[in-house]
Amino acid sequence: MSVEHILFFIFGGVSLIGAVSVITFRHPIYSALALIVTFFSQAGLFVLLGAHFVAAVQVIVYAGAIMVLFLFVIMLLNLGTLSLKGALSGKLKGFAIILGILLAIEGVYIAVTTLDNTDTALASSQVAADTTYSISELGELLFTDYLLPFEVTSIILLAALIGVIVLVKRGNQTEN
Amino acid sequence: MLSIEYYLILSALLFTIGVIGVLIRRNAIIIFMCIELMLNAANLAFVAISKNLGQAEGQLFVFFVMAVAAAEVAIGLAIIVSVFKHRETINVDEINSLKG
Repeated sequence: MSVEHILFFIFGGVSLIGAVSVITFRHPIYSALALIVTFFSQAGLFVLLGAHFVAAVQVIVYAGAIMVLFLFVIMLLNLGTLSLKGALSGKLKGFAIILGILLAIEGVYIAVTTLDNTDTALASSQVAADTTYSISELGELLFTDYLLPFEVTSIILLAALIGVIVLVKRGNQTEN
Repeated sequence: MLSIEYYLILSALLFTIGVIGVLIRRNAIIIFMCIELMLNAANLAFVAISKNLGQAEGQLFVFFVMAVAAAEVAIGLAIIVSVFKHRETINVDEINSLKG
């Protein structure tokens, strides 16, 4: 067991526990806090994979911005009592969990077998596999080969911004 | 170096937990959180495969996914807030008419 293995099992275990907590906790605020734990441990996994900038962005964007938005809305709506009748009845819940377990088995099977099939094809690129990418390398790629997707992303963000303003404005007008 | 297999299996498990959450919870905000969980599982697979192939593209796609997720959360939460203003509930079983 190398250090990397130990760290992987710590981060992976914490993220799995956090994810299960998200869907089992009754109160939405506890779910949101469990989701923050999951995001942080996934940032740790990104560091293990050598994607340091992705890890930093994960903490800033997900654990920072997105989760603050979630917590803000949960507190704004004051959902504490509403969520207690939150889940499905027992029979449907069991069915959903069985379907989920089947999906998990399929996913693990695909993950394992795909690796077996492509192992020989990837053997040649295995040499370069230990490299990590700096921010400048990522930025160079982002602003040359992937400039168009980058601009489209900015348009998506602009559209989201305008959409949110329109939604909130309309709500205010109907109240008046 | 840790095998990519571990990361892909973890990613599949996280994605499945997200799917189960969407199926069993009726609270719209929790369903949203589960969607974030699924997007994150996809990000983990992207980064793992990016490392395995020795290409930086996988990490770039993670940024695009994050931008889309941020936009989606902003819009989705605004919709949830305005639905709550109208219906006084965010239980998705009770929000069953398209007419606001």
